[in-house]
Amino acid sequence: MKYEDIIHRCFRCGYCKFTSDYIDFNCPTYRKFGFETYSPGGRMWLIRAWLNNEIENSERFQEILFSCATCANCVEHCVFTFREDLVNIFMAAREELVNKGIIPPPVRDYFKNISISGNAYKQPAEQRGKWAEGTAVQPYQGQEYLFYVGDVGSYDERAKGITKAVAHILAKNGISFGILGEKEICDGNEVMTLGEVGLFESLAEQNIALFRQLGVNKIITLDPHALNAFKNYYPQLGGNFEVFHYTQIIARLIETQEPNIGEYQAKVTYHDPCYLGRHNGEYAAPRKILQSIPGIQFVEMLQHSENSFCCGGGGGNFFTDILGGGDEAPNRIRVRQAIETGADTVAVACPQCAKMLDDAINAEELDGKLQVLDVAEIVMSALT
Amino acid sequence: MERIARLLANIVGPEYVSTASEERYFYARDPGLMPAHSPDYVVLPQSTKQIQQIIRLANQEKIPVVPMGAGLALTGLVIPLKGGIIVDMKRMNKILEVNEKARYALVEGGTSQGALKSYLERHHPRLRHSVPDAPPTATIAANVSIHGQGRLTQQYGFNSDLVSGLEVVTGTGDVCRIGSCALSGSWFSKGAPMPDLSGMFLGWFGSTGIITKVAVKLYPKKNLRDVEIFVTDRAELVPDIVFEITHTEMAEDILVFTQPKPMMFKDNHHVSFYITGDTEEELEFKRKMIWHALDPFIKSKDGGFMGIPPIMKPVLLESPQRSASRLADVKKGGGFEYSGPIIMLEAYPECMKKLQDLAAKYDLAYSGMVRIIDCGHAAMFAFAFAFNRADADMMERTRNAIKEVSDFVLDIGGLHWKPTVNEQKLAIAHMDPNTRKLMEIIKANLDPNGIMNPGNWEVC
Repeated sequence: MKYEDIIHRCFRCGYCKFTSDYIDFNCPTYRKFGFETYSPGGRMWLIRAWLNNEIENSERFQEILFSCATCANCVEHCVFTFREDLVNIFMAAREELVNKGIIPPPVRDYFKNISISGNAYKQPAEQRGKWAEGTAVQPYQGQEYLFYVGDVGSYDERAKGITKAVAHILAKNGISFGILGEKEICDGNEVMTLGEVGLFESLAEQNIALFRQLGVNKIITLDPHALNAFKNYYPQLGGNFEVFHYTQIIARLIETQEPNIGEYQAKVTYHDPCYLGRHNGEYAAPRKILQSIPGIQFVEMLQHSENSFCCGGGGGNFFTDILGGGDEAPNRIRVRQAIETGADTVAVACPQCAKMLDDAINAEELDGKLQVLDVAEIVMSALT
Repeated sequence: MERIARLLANIVGPEYVSTASEERYFYARDPGLMPAHSPDYVVLPQSTKQIQQIIRLANQEKIPVVPMGAGLALTGLVIPLKGGIIVDMKRMNKILEVNEKARYALVEGGTSQGALKSYLERHHPRLRHSVPDAPPTATIAANVSIHGQGRLTQQYGFNSDLVSGLEVVTGTGDVCRIGSCALSGSWFSKGAPMPDLSGMFLGWFGSTGIITKVAVKLYPKKNLRDVEIFVTDRAELVPDIVFEITHTEMAEDILVFTQPKPMMFKDNHHVSFYITGDTEEELEFKRKMIWHALDPFIKSKDGGFMGIPPIMKPVLLESPQRSASRLADVKKGGGFEYSGPIIMLEAYPECMKKLQDLAAKYDLAYSGMVRIIDCGHAAMFAFAFAFNRADADMMERTRNAIKEVSDFVLDIGGLHWKPTVNEQKLAIAHMDPNTRKLMEIIKANLDPNGIMNPGNWEVC
């Protein structure tokens, strides 16, 4: 297994489970399941035990590995020099299980859907660009930016509203962009994190070839997960593009063009998506946008930025739901943290987070007390 | 086994009971070098009542019960030597009360050191508790149960001395309150002026009962904190240097460390002392008092103050110190083990020599660290060796070195701290017979079926 030479170096001290200021445990699977085995240290010791044939590949072992949200809280807080590789180690262990063909059924089904349909929703490619019907959004034809929407933003009803909001803001502020529509296929980020490296490479190579064919140089992503794939995985396969998350573009617009933004009265807190924040270091842009909107009273949750608590959707869990369910589901913990601030709105910058937190608001019966809005949806409402 | 698991599930909920091989593997071992032994069940209770029900069930079925905090003692104290039920306490993590004026905090038995530290910083910034240098996942109840030490130990004693009340479930399944909380809702004293019953649980490693609530004393947190290091290359002077510093009553915490690398540290003894103050003036006064106290050592050219590099100061001032855990990766191997006997400080030179001899004999990377306890009434001397978990030979050499320390401790009149089972047996064998008899009486009455963390303190 990759990283086998460092797997024994975990002391299981548990710094990885915490925030930097020790407010609370911050590993979503540890919070949900409670057993040490579901913490990063637990995974490290169990992977080693499995490699040494001390335990078998059981359903529980698979649950322990595949429930990891790859949120990188452990990477942020582990005290050892190998910390940068912690999530990579868990992905490598998943890859081993995938190669042996013994994985949880929801993971298997996810791979099947992607390989058959090119997306996680088993939807026809022709439906992919439907959200743009009735808008002025154009197919990509050499514009400055490719707006890459991704599976969730293309097919999920809740997320489509966010996609439209981003497109509207970009168009209204004169950004030259186009979309791939039916030509778009999955970016592969979750395929990679779930350990199907072969399928990921196939997707990435198709995307890279298409981007090159169309002359794409700059990409704006709706989804931080796609941003992560394009920025951190594609270059290893020769795909070098200038990649931005949409919040980075809007933050720059606010700085350079001062768009007409009116009042938006709300008390807003912001949930950092792990693949925008911890994985790609972007904490400032969404906050800058929110804080520039007149009328918004911005409040932070105790666990924010590098210490943000994951919604539980990362690492493929958005699709496989291995980590979901119950009072201690991460998305439910997160909305409880949000409501503690006194905010009436929790802003997100990721369609997966939006959906996860929406579900949690229903489960926690917080309808009418707290709403989830994407940063783009708030900006669109405030644009005059 | 399935029947018992079902009964446990009825108590704590099915999602919080495991008999799976994954949990049985993980909870069979701690990060140290003691042999593994699997539990049969791992449970995660959330209330005193649930713990009471677990212990009653265990009594009926004669099943061992082993309470566990973060499992960081390294000496196998939560390895279930005779199988049974591991009770992982960490879901019981509520901070129940902070009394500012009486300066105590009441927490549930699985509350971590880190969580209390963070809570106090946010809500009671003028108060603090004695934070150990164990990782912040260490629980407060487990720490006092092993007579742990922390940043206030030099001033106020072992962390167990700072307990101001306990709630325990005894081995018979009775819920019992210890201290002022037994008479009222206040948790300001663990005993005085009544008989102090906390000694029937502190230091017993859960072999008489499980601590479900613990109150700990809080102390003033000053605005400023600084550290200085006095260095000497003469081990025999360390007790005198510490004596002079403690005589000033100006230091918050005093640690002595020695290590062979980097070269600038080799063969030197570093007496680091921490000072606190609400103003620069107060800090400077304390600093000067200690400087004056150490002046004779400087004049005799036996020591001097070390200029602390700017990169090192935040590391030293951090609490808990992440660097303490990093010792585990010195050999890129994820492990270190230490024996930390409680000694009289005059034994420092002997301990230091023993540490270096053992490191040479077994070819091990070492670090020596001493924490001064209660104004120098005692000290904890950590014989620490880093090892590579993937190197069986190095692990065995480390085990052998630690075993030699076990024998050495009694030779110099010391006490094993958080002793391994073998060290407990050594202590029992050397103990005054009437002391052992008293322990037998306590154990037999609080745990008549011998189900509580069996193997530990088996005096009966």
